[in-house]
Amino acid sequence: MSHAVHEPPSSFIWKYIFSVDHKVIGIQYLLLALVAVFIGMLLSILIRFNLVWPGTELSILGSLFPVGAPGGVMTAEFYLAMLTMHGTIMVFMVLTTAPQGGFGNYFLPIQIGARDMAFPNLNMLSFWITFLSFVTLISAFFVTGGPPISGWTAYAPLSALGEIAGPGLGLGQDLWILSLALFSVASLLGALNFITTTLDLRAPGMTLMRMPLTVWSWFVTAILGLLAFGVLLAAGVLLLLDRLAGTSFFIPGGLVLNDQLVIDHKGGSPLLWQHLFWFFGHPEVYIAILPGMGVTSQVLSVFSRKPIFGYKAMVYAMFGIGIMGFMVWGHHMFMSGLSPYSAIAFSLLTTAIAVPSAIKTFNWLGTIWGGRVRFDSPMLFAIGFVSLFVSGGLGGLFLNQPATDIFLHDTYFVVAHFHLIMGVAAIFGIFAGTYFWFPKMFGRMMNEGLGKVHFWITFVGVNAIFMPMHFLGMVGNPRRYAELTAYSFLGEVQSLHLFITIAAFITIAAQFIFLANFIHSLFKGKKAAENPWDATTLEWVIPSPPPHDNFGPVDPVVYHGAYEYSVPGEEADFLLQTDKDKETVEH
Amino acid sequence: MILAATIWFITIVTTVVFAGRFWWFPESVSAHGDALDRQFVITLAVTGVIFILAQVALGYLILKYRDRPGAKAQYNHGNNRIEAIWTIATTVLFYIMVLPGQWTWADIHINQQQGNPLVIEVMGQQFVWNIRYPGPDGQFGPTRPELISDSRGNQMGVDFDDPAGRDDLVLPTMAIPVNRPIELRLQSKDVIHSFFVRELRIKLDTVPGLTIPLRFTATKTGSFEIACAELCGLGHHRMRSFIEVLSEQDYQAWLRDMTED
Repeated sequence: MSHAVHEPPSSFIWKYIFSVDHKVIGIQYLLLALVAVFIGMLLSILIRFNLVWPGTELSILGSLFPVGAPGGVMTAEFYLAMLTMHGTIMVFMVLTTAPQGGFGNYFLPIQIGARDMAFPNLNMLSFWITFLSFVTLISAFFVTGGPPISGWTAYAPLSALGEIAGPGLGLGQDLWILSLALFSVASLLGALNFITTTLDLRAPGMTLMRMPLTVWSWFVTAILGLLAFGVLLAAGVLLLLDRLAGTSFFIPGGLVLNDQLVIDHKGGSPLLWQHLFWFFGHPEVYIAILPGMGVTSQVLSVFSRKPIFGYKAMVYAMFGIGIMGFMVWGHHMFMSGLSPYSAIAFSLLTTAIAVPSAIKTFNWLGTIWGGRVRFDSPMLFAIGFVSLFVSGGLGGLFLNQPATDIFLHDTYFVVAHFHLIMGVAAIFGIFAGTYFWFPKMFGRMMNEGLGKVHFWITFVGVNAIFMPMHFLGMVGNPRRYAELTAYSFLGEVQSLHLFITIAAFITIAAQFIFLANFIHSLFKGKKAAENPWDATTLEWVIPSPPPHDNFGPVDPVVYHGAYEYSVPGEEADFLLQTDKDKETVEH
Repeated sequence: MILAATIWFITIVTTVVFAGRFWWFPESVSAHGDALDRQFVITLAVTGVIFILAQVALGYLILKYRDRPGAKAQYNHGNNRIEAIWTIATTVLFYIMVLPGQWTWADIHINQQQGNPLVIEVMGQQFVWNIRYPGPDGQFGPTRPELISDSRGNQMGVDFDDPAGRDDLVLPTMAIPVNRPIELRLQSKDVIHSFFVRELRIKLDTVPGLTIPLRFTATKTGSFEIACAELCGLGHHRMRSFIEVLSEQDYQAWLRDMTED
């Protein structure tokens, strides 16, 4: 094992701002995601509000956004701008940063017995580029024309033609592209670091098949990031060139906008953007959800006091999902005019990805089966993850068939599906991780009662929000409509929309319970012991919070797999991975 | 215990609302629509059973194996045979379920319907639909982007000086005869739109630079809304038009009316 050697810093700036300590960087990522998730959530309030009460005057909105909401009434372009920013902030700044950049950074080195990441300086650079990316994205709120209105998928040529195609598609769209390009660079650097660290810095005895499933999930996610973000970066650069340098990668000739012929572009392909975007975009879904799967596996085993059921199957399933994830991007394009033959190929490949997902679900149930289940907050969210993963995943089996997708494509059925699985299931993974690791990260326990209230409202709430969206889709309600007033067939879904909006407001309010719990526990929480959950992995053999070099002068030595719970003949119902002279089954 | 009950409650409510069809597809009025609806129902049945089994099992397991005084957890790392069984079983089940849907898709988009379809051009534009009929000569005239001008009433850039183009009809709404194969040729003049008619079970993008064929046959008369299903800009939510499905006789009369104008 090689060492990532650096001395503990003494000044505030080097300790907390430009830190190279993976733990500080992990917390920086988590705080960035926390700020981002509340911004993203507030945007969803505006979205849900406008759908149910379009044209309502809100004087506060008028003073905050004199252009987007003149006189306090939201315009359609303001709605679409909020929608675009909601999606972009949530997908990139929350679902990609918190589970991987946050928890992965903090716990991957510790769980494999390392003192830091392989490249600590690169790690710091990753975070600060991500931060720059976040600032760039947010700055789109403050430029003339506002944020882009082209959605988080930024389909060309809408996103390529500039302001002539609509408000926000000028400078706002440029900033959006720049932000994603920066984010891609940061993610590529992070992925390199994660992969190298996992392969090179494992402690003596930490064989690959003794690694916690969380480490496997961060490792597979890093591989996906390495292969996917390069493509997004390239796509972003090409789109920027189309917009600023007069190239025509995505813009065909002979376009007419606002009754004016576009003369400076010809020969490009709008579908090329979709291919590049979804070649990144589908793996991105797994980048968001895989770490949640890892945390869920970890938490289910700890709180069921039982080894993971089918550890190796879980590892192979993650690799299966990861590899298959690169062969299915075309299922986003069934209705794009792609050859109908390729739709069948993509459909059959996509069906295959349901199999490892099902295997994971079976193994989670198998892990609980025969256990002794404790219902602490982390466990509640892990159980919620499994439930939501099932609900959201099954919706995918309607959308992966081009025949059924004809009606459902680009309706609220899709919104329901991806919010359940990559939105709230992934968020439940983040919550499970937060409640689980908070004591280790900050040396204090979170309030259990508030955690339970937070869980109950959120679990029932997200089901109440997203389950009914399936029905909206089956009625044919297209997504990304600023108002639902123009079509007579949308009359019958108004009550459903009202229900969803109310459920959303209640659920969002409950997130402030989490925020209050988080902040309060930072300062006033009960002191946490070294191993409050009686867990087995390496982060639980060191103090809470861990010292700068994690393990002190002596390397930890690993003797067991990560899930030795309820070993027969042992007094305690768990064996630390570092426990010597104990017999366990190697699997 | 409450958690198990809550999971079951959510499962029951979801199942009841799906099965009770409180919100459901509009009645299908196209030749291929019933096959699509059938495939949806098959998928709903299979996934519904999995949904219920998985959620009920989750609730049951956390209820049965909750921590109680004296309870002991099993030391069990899994079972390769069970892994193999459920891997094979889900693979077989999922593929049996999705295969019939592939034939349905192939019938719509690959196995082209016999007979001479009535060809109509559709051109998406921020935020209206332009529909072109070839006129009495049955020939579409050539189009050129330079000729496009909304202000001069030539939304699709038809060369009206060309003999084939002289009688072309460009309209903001569509009419088609019932029970006759139709081929739409989808185009766009600016950004991507998507041509969506719920009752006809058709949806396909209009992509600038491409002409994409879409074939279907309407089986009932009536008036239906055309919606845009791909985000195309600030007016996306109001890019609405109509398609009238008429009897052959009414269609011919409508066509005559339009041509004489």
